[in-house]
Amino acid sequence: MPDKNKLGVGLFILSEANFFLILLVAYVYFHLQPGQGPSAANSLHPLRMLAFSLCLFLSSATVYLAGRSFKRGRGNVWLWLALTVVLGALFLFGQSREYVGLFAHGVTVSSNLFGTTFFTLTGFHGLHVLVGLCALATLLGVALTGRLGCIKPAGFEAISMYWHFVDAVWVVIFAVVYLWPLIARMTA
Amino acid sequence: MKEAAIPDALEGESFAVEAREGWLSWVASVDHKQVGIMYLLGAFFFFIVGGILALLMRVQLAVPDNRFVTPEIYNQLFTMHGTTMVFLVLVPLLIGFSTYLVPLMIGARDMAFPRLNALSFWVQIFGGVMLYFSFATGGVNGGAPAAGWFSYAPLSEKAFSFSRGVDYWALGLLAIGVGTLGAAINIVATAICLRAPGMTIRRLPLFVWMTLVNAWLIVLVMPILNAALVMLLIDRQLNAYFFRPAMGGSALLWQHVFWAFGHPEVYIMILPAFGIISEVVPVFSGKPIYGYEFVAASTVAIAFLSLAVWAHHMFAVGLGHTFDMFFAVCSMAIAVPTGVKIFNWTATMYQGRLRFTTSMMFALGFLLMFTIGGLSGVAFAVVPVDWQMTDSYFVVAHIHYVLFGGTVFALFSGVYYWFPKISGRMLSEYLGKWHFWLTMVGFNLTFMIQHVLGMLGMPRRVFTYPALPGWEAMNLLSTVGAFLLAFSVLIFMINLAISLRTGEAAGDNPWDAWTLEWATTSPPAAENFPLGVPPVHGRRPLWDLAHPDRTDEMLMKLAG
Repeated sequence: MPDKNKLGVGLFILSEANFFLILLVAYVYFHLQPGQGPSAANSLHPLRMLAFSLCLFLSSATVYLAGRSFKRGRGNVWLWLALTVVLGALFLFGQSREYVGLFAHGVTVSSNLFGTTFFTLTGFHGLHVLVGLCALATLLGVALTGRLGCIKPAGFEAISMYWHFVDAVWVVIFAVVYLWPLIARMTA
Repeated sequence: MKEAAIPDALEGESFAVEAREGWLSWVASVDHKQVGIMYLLGAFFFFIVGGILALLMRVQLAVPDNRFVTPEIYNQLFTMHGTTMVFLVLVPLLIGFSTYLVPLMIGARDMAFPRLNALSFWVQIFGGVMLYFSFATGGVNGGAPAAGWFSYAPLSEKAFSFSRGVDYWALGLLAIGVGTLGAAINIVATAICLRAPGMTIRRLPLFVWMTLVNAWLIVLVMPILNAALVMLLIDRQLNAYFFRPAMGGSALLWQHVFWAFGHPEVYIMILPAFGIISEVVPVFSGKPIYGYEFVAASTVAIAFLSLAVWAHHMFAVGLGHTFDMFFAVCSMAIAVPTGVKIFNWTATMYQGRLRFTTSMMFALGFLLMFTIGGLSGVAFAVVPVDWQMTDSYFVVAHIHYVLFGGTVFALFSGVYYWFPKISGRMLSEYLGKWHFWLTMVGFNLTFMIQHVLGMLGMPRRVFTYPALPGWEAMNLLSTVGAFLLAFSVLIFMINLAISLRTGEAAGDNPWDAWTLEWATTSPPAAENFPLGVPPVHGRRPLWDLAHPDRTDEMLMKLAG
């Protein structure tokens, strides 16, 4: 029988995936009928965001390594966890820069449908990254105080599963929001 | 799973039940039986509230050109009635039964996540309180939501609903949605991970089967509603444009997203009710369920199909021929697995030794009423019929035949069946029969006639109507029926109150039933099965225990 903690988080992730699916559908729906004003093509910075996205993707690897060290009872769990937290924070920093830049040009959630859908979609993703960071930081705190023995393997794995999910969602969002207009411009 | 009979659901956690006394033992409880009872009581409270809202509407509609309530109040009444009955009554009642029964039926100590269980309940109650708080908001922006229970955009947008009602509606439903989602995750994890030895997936009681499928469905579609609510809130609070056609947004998007949730939600409100019927009918027919596999598999089929029928709520939009055809065909197809179940239940009763207890009477009432609701539902899948009938009282009649004649009848059947287990005392059969017949007459008087009103063209959601020929008498009859129905609920409450104090002692297994919950005491001990879970070698463990010479296993072998 499956472990109940992993199953529980798996179900939670499934429901979260459907939540993002709907926000993504809304984004795509309005992206297909562009209106006036700011759009993904003329307002975003795909290259800069790519760098920060790589941080997030890399953090999936570091959290995996943290889990492997944890299972093998090694002492360097905290190092991988710390690296994961830093990479995740870097991504959030990148997203904040993108937001600040957009605000400076007057692009907000109420400027047009691009603003509405872009901020809703990426905002909710950012919120999820933040929640994941809180969980990882808690784990890091536990590791630094040397009490990792109290953590059940399934608990560790649950947080790691959630973090992979947050990364996977960004793969899709990055492709749709940032790469789509680039590819469209290249093929046009 | 350890070799011990009781799974380690609460490993390492202390039981709050034993440590506390009085009301705190309920508020702070994480015990699935207490949380389950609180779900049932909380939902019953909202059932009374929602019922009173319905009575106010029926008083307003009793005579033509009535001025009992203003149009504004009337809009709030039907919005709150629908929202309450769907989100705060039917779903929580079914989850309450699931929370109480699933661990007992599979021989577990508690739910997989007892704390999450309590959290889900309290978040859901909090959502209900938030929703009703809207009545208390005063001033020009005050008042309850008035955009209908599906809050169609752009009516629900700020420009047309400038009161805070819709904001409370969205926030309240978000909280309720989170609570429901937590309960669903818990139910799946419990039914999959905590089964007693021998309780294989093919031996699960059918109530657990349906609850399990139902919980999967909740996990899949509840986030769709949450996403819709979030977008609506962002529109209203941050001046965004999702559902505002004037600014390039799309009102149609709201309809798609809401019904992509809303139609599976209809099945979320009926599947566990099917489960109750699948437990009650075999026991009072003295026969195992006919076609166990078909009942289980048709449930899965319903769940999948229910994800692909939502646009039949939107035929009137004019989505195009191909689109309409797809959803019409899917909607008709879903009647097949549902019909399979009706035949299974009927075949279970065939040549059985029927015992006409109140519980069985309500189950029989369910079969009849739900079939009527199902038939008017299939009629709606025919696009031109829908065009003719949409937004008329025919729709109101249909939904009430499915949700009251279906779900509520099944819930009453479940209450009469499991009340002895929950309380240790039997409900009065005498008052029970009165309750049943008054419900049956009151319900049909209220809603059968609304089919006719709908066909005559009376639109739903209008606060009054002119004295057209026939409308006057039929509306008055419907109102009389509604009060009869309310009176039947009063009798049910009296029955509850009297039986709780002076009812006959139930004993462990008053109905000679076969599933595991009847193996323990009534009410069950805090740890559910203090003497260990009976061995499970088939679908009817207590039958096998009582008849070691002709167990289900032997019968299966004999049958080849």
